[in-house]
Amino acid sequence: MRIETRRRWAIAWLTGPAYLWLAVTIFLPLSAMLYFSFQKKGPFGKHASEFSLKHYEAFFTKGYLQDLMWRSLEMGFHVTGLCILIGFPAAYWLARRIRGRWREALFLLIVLPFWSNALVRVFSWTIVLRPDGVLDRAVQSVIPGLPAIDLTDSYPAIIIGLVHSYLPYMILTCFLSLQAIDESLLEAARSLGARSWTILVRIILPLAVPGLAAGSILIFVPVIGSFFEPRLLGGPKGTVIGTVIEEQFTVVSNWPLGGALSFILLAIVLLILAVAAPVLKNHMRTT
Amino acid sequence: MSAVDVRNVSKHYGAVTALDRVSLAFPNGSFFALLGPSGSGKTTLLRALAGFVEPDEGMIFIDDQDVAHIPSFRRNIGMVFQNYALFPHMSVFDNVAFGLTVRRLPRAEVRQRVTKILELVRLDGLDRRKPRELSGGQQQRVALARALVTEPRVLLLDEPLGALDKKLRQDMQGELKRIQRTVGITTVFVTHDQEEALTLSDHIAIIDEGRLIQVGEPGDVYDRPHTRFAANFLGDANFLSGSVRDSGIMVDRLGYIATTSPLPAGEATIAVRPERIRLMAPDTATQDNRIEGRVAERVFSGASLTYTVDTDAGPLRVLRQNADGDVIDIGDRVALVWLADHSVVVED
Ligand SMILES: Nc1ncnc2c1ncn2[C@@H]1O[C@H](COP(=O)(O)OP(=O)(O)OP(=O)(O)O)[C@@H](O)[C@H]1O
Ligand SMILES: [Mg+2]
Repeated sequence: MRIETRRRWAIAWLTGPAYLWLAVTIFLPLSAMLYFSFQKKGPFGKHASEFSLKHYEAFFTKGYLQDLMWRSLEMGFHVTGLCILIGFPAAYWLARRIRGRWREALFLLIVLPFWSNALVRVFSWTIVLRPDGVLDRAVQSVIPGLPAIDLTDSYPAIIIGLVHSYLPYMILTCFLSLQAIDESLLEAARSLGARSWTILVRIILPLAVPGLAAGSILIFVPVIGSFFEPRLLGGPKGTVIGTVIEEQFTVVSNWPLGGALSFILLAIVLLILAVAAPVLKNHMRTT
Repeated sequence: MSAVDVRNVSKHYGAVTALDRVSLAFPNGSFFALLGPSGSGKTTLLRALAGFVEPDEGMIFIDDQDVAHIPSFRRNIGMVFQNYALFPHMSVFDNVAFGLTVRRLPRAEVRQRVTKILELVRLDGLDRRKPRELSGGQQQRVALARALVTEPRVLLLDEPLGALDKKLRQDMQGELKRIQRTVGITTVFVTHDQEEALTLSDHIAIIDEGRLIQVGEPGDVYDRPHTRFAANFLGDANFLSGSVRDSGIMVDRLGYIATTSPLPAGEATIAVRPERIRLMAPDTATQDNRIEGRVAERVFSGASLTYTVDTDAGPLRVLRQNADGDVIDIGDRVALVWLADHSVVVED
């Protein structure tokens, strides 16, 4: 079949560059890292390459690494959960209640954090959260005599900083799926006797699941690998798997261990997605 | 007694008057068509009945109860939307059961009532499908079943057949009529298709630019249109204008046209339906209205033929059944004859 072969060539020509680009930017670095993670020593110094599983073993034998991994996952769930709790109502409000110019203005406010440097954002939070900082003073001015609020170097500080950074993703993805819901569906539900709460639970929420899922993935994945927010806002208490991985590359120069931990993290993410996928797929099929 | 009573309802959107002091009574059990051109306010009126639009003025009564402060979800109405508005994430069964589960009816009763209504709309066996796995006609039936299963007081239909192709539309018209008759529910039905309004409904209200033009039974509205607009919108009409004399009008260059309708003083316009005019040989003698003209155009549409005849007062259309296969040639002289009874005086 000549046409068939011609078509294949055309497809190869058209999609080839994109795949090449993906290969160069993602596949190559990733496979290099995979290679290092199975090496005994890093790429520095003069020694022969030597295959080893010891860095993977380290994760399973050293309890504190597992604890830190668990801490990171917990942090991921907390941040994602809070982003849903804040982001979904905000998106609902934007999509269904606000019209016209106001909506654009509010959107600008939401994406504004994206335009500022992430480090600057985090440092600003340290100013807000320290004792005698902005938050402390504000609270004291409302209820004087309260014990000083000091969130410096604390878990809540990390969560606040991360939620602030990642909230826009949740608002945007939820906004998109909420906006796509046809107004007549809600009117139909109302004409059938449903009150606002029933409509929210039985119509709006199920139809917004794709947005919630996309937002959750976009937030959860980077948060469990995050390192500078935990370090800057959590101080000594801010050690998580992300900071450990980062130290392997920048401080102790133990690339193999850093690589191995990164791939374990990746495996856990993929595992979570694999568990969530059937549920999501089932849902998407119906909508 | 009327199931629904609309009194002096107005609705404005900025400078647009969507409804202009509309008063209408929908009799119990009637199949009531709201007919009007696009933008005339039909949907607005329907949505006001449903409680989605709050009238600026006037009152709406359902079963003699003022519903101004009754929200949609307590009005006990069934509504079918033009795009059906089926819940995409629910099966046919769950869609239909929605109104019942919202009312927290026992599971067994829900199942029984849904099954029964799906049988009524001839959808039994499809209850596990998702809406997007259904054809347009089937979706339409689900929407209808969903609206009927709660046994509402009034059924509101907004161009329910608009999205269907012609054949399916005719089938569904029959179905709709059958179902409405079985259930006996008061039904208000928006359409801009005059044929649909005539075939389905037992009452028609013609609406234009937010104003009620005429209400009545289809035959009456068709035979006795009050205005030029009504005559034109429901069916086709020829118009002749002239000055009133005795029981008829003098039309320039044409002569005297008699009518049996009451006439105003001064000038008047008369409407004649194309199918009420008979075409005859030019020298036929008759007591009825008679004009001579020359056939200018002939349009063949199967069961009937439409002739355009040039007369001294301009072209007139005549519809003739294709009963014996005779056709009149273009250029032939003919006489147009109709009864005084069929000259209907209309307002401009
Ligand atoms: N929410 C709204 N905001 C502003 N104007 C509106 C709104 N709804 C309706 N209108 C206006 O009110 C008038 C009547 O609209 P309506 O939808 O009732 O017409 P309709 O008879 O249903 O027309 P169609 O046959 O095209 O559906 C139109 O001029 C329309 O533009
Ligand atoms: Mg409409």
